[in-house]
Amino acid sequence: MGGEVNVRSAIHLASAALLLAALSFGAAQSAVAADTPDPVADAKAFQKYFTEKFPKVKLQDFVNGPYSMNEDMHRQWEEKEQFPPYDFSLDLGKEMFSKPFKNGKSYADCFPNQGIGIRQNYPYFDEKEGKVVTLELALNRCREANGEAPFSYLKDEMAALTAYMAFTSRGKPLDIKIPNDPRALEAYQNGKRYFYTRRGQLNFSCASCHVQSPGERIRAEVLAPALGILNAMPIYRSEWGGMGTISRRFTTCNSQIRGVPLEPQSDEYRDLEYYLSYVSNGLPISGPGARP
Amino acid sequence: MSAIRKITGMNSALVLAAALLIAGAPSALAASSEADFKTAYAAAEAANKEAASLRNQWTTTAAALAAAKKAADAGDFDQAVASSKEAEALAKASIYQATSEKEAWKALEIR
Repeated sequence: MGGEVNVRSAIHLASAALLLAALSFGAAQSAVAADTPDPVADAKAFQKYFTEKFPKVKLQDFVNGPYSMNEDMHRQWEEKEQFPPYDFSLDLGKEMFSKPFKNGKSYADCFPNQGIGIRQNYPYFDEKEGKVVTLELALNRCREANGEAPFSYLKDEMAALTAYMAFTSRGKPLDIKIPNDPRALEAYQNGKRYFYTRRGQLNFSCASCHVQSPGERIRAEVLAPALGILNAMPIYRSEWGGMGTISRRFTTCNSQIRGVPLEPQSDEYRDLEYYLSYVSNGLPISGPGARP
Repeated sequence: MSAIRKITGMNSALVLAAALLIAGAPSALAASSEADFKTAYAAAEAANKEAASLRNQWTTTAAALAAAKKAADAGDFDQAVASSKEAEALAKASIYQATSEKEAWKALEIR
C-alpha cells in the first residue's frame, strides 16, 4: 500500500518536473524569438505607431517633420518654401559636385549613376567592409581617394554636397536594404538599441523626444516625429543659423541632453542612421529641408 | 506631563545633535590640501574613463572636472576637491545609466 503511494507520488513529481521543464523551455524559446531582430516587422510597427498617433497626417507628409504636426506651421513652411533658406547651400553643392578634383576626376566618378538620384539608397551595408556606409562617409572617402582633404561632417561643404544629392532624389522613396548577412542585421540591431537607449544627464533617448513626444513643444520648438526624420536631411535650421548634416543632428541631440557626443561617423551613429532610415523606407526623400 | 517630558527629551536630543555637529564642523572645514585634490581628481577621472569605455560620458562630468582643475590652479583646494567629488558622482551615475540601459532600452521599443 505504502509502496503504491510512493510510486504515485513519484509519478506526480516527475510529471510536475516535466511540465516545469516544458514551460521554462517554452519561455526561453519565446524570449529568443523576442530578441531576434525582425526589421520588416519593426518597420511596419514603427510606421503604424505614427500613423495611429497622428491619423490626420498622411504617411508621406511625415518627412516634413514639425511642419506636418501643426496646421499653422504647415502654412509657414509653404511660404518659406517659396524662398527656401537652403537655396544658397544647394547652389554651392551643385557647383562643388560638378567641379573636378585636382586629379581631374570628380564626385560623379565615385558613385553609381554619377551620383544623381541615388540619395534614397543611403546608408547601405557594405559587405566587403562589414559596416554601414553613409552618404557623408562615402563623400569624404571619395575626396580622400582622389587626394583631397576630407570635409567636416557637420556643416558647410558637407551639407552643401548632401543637399545637392538629396535634391536630385527628391520624391524618390527611401529604399534601405538589409542584405542576408548577420553583420548587417547586427548593425541594424545596434542602431535600434542606440535609438532607444537613454543617455546624458537628462536621461533621454532619441525615442523620448521623437517617439514619445512628437508634436509636443520643448520650449519654443515643436518636436519632429522619428518617422521620416532623415528624409529631409540636410536641413537649414534657423536655430543653427545655417545648414546641418545628419552628423550634426545626431551630435547636437546628444549634447542637448548633456551627453558627450561621439565622433561623427562613429560606428554607433552609422548604425543609428541605418536603423532610422530602414524604418522610414517607402517615405520620399524631401531634402534639403528647412526647420525652425 | 509625559508629553512635556517627551518634548523636553526631544529637545535635549536636538541640542546634543547640534553640539555634535558644531564639534564636528571644524574638521569638515579643515582646508583641503593639494594631495586631497589629486586623490579626488584621480578617482573622478578614473570613473569618467570607465564611462568613456561604455561610450556614455556626460557633459556635466567634463564641466565639473574642468571646474576642479581651474580651482586647483587658483589654489582653492576646497573647491577643487568639491568639484572633483561632484565629477566622480556624475561619472558614476553615467556608468550606472549605461549599465542599466543594456536591458532597459527594450521597454521603450515600438513593437
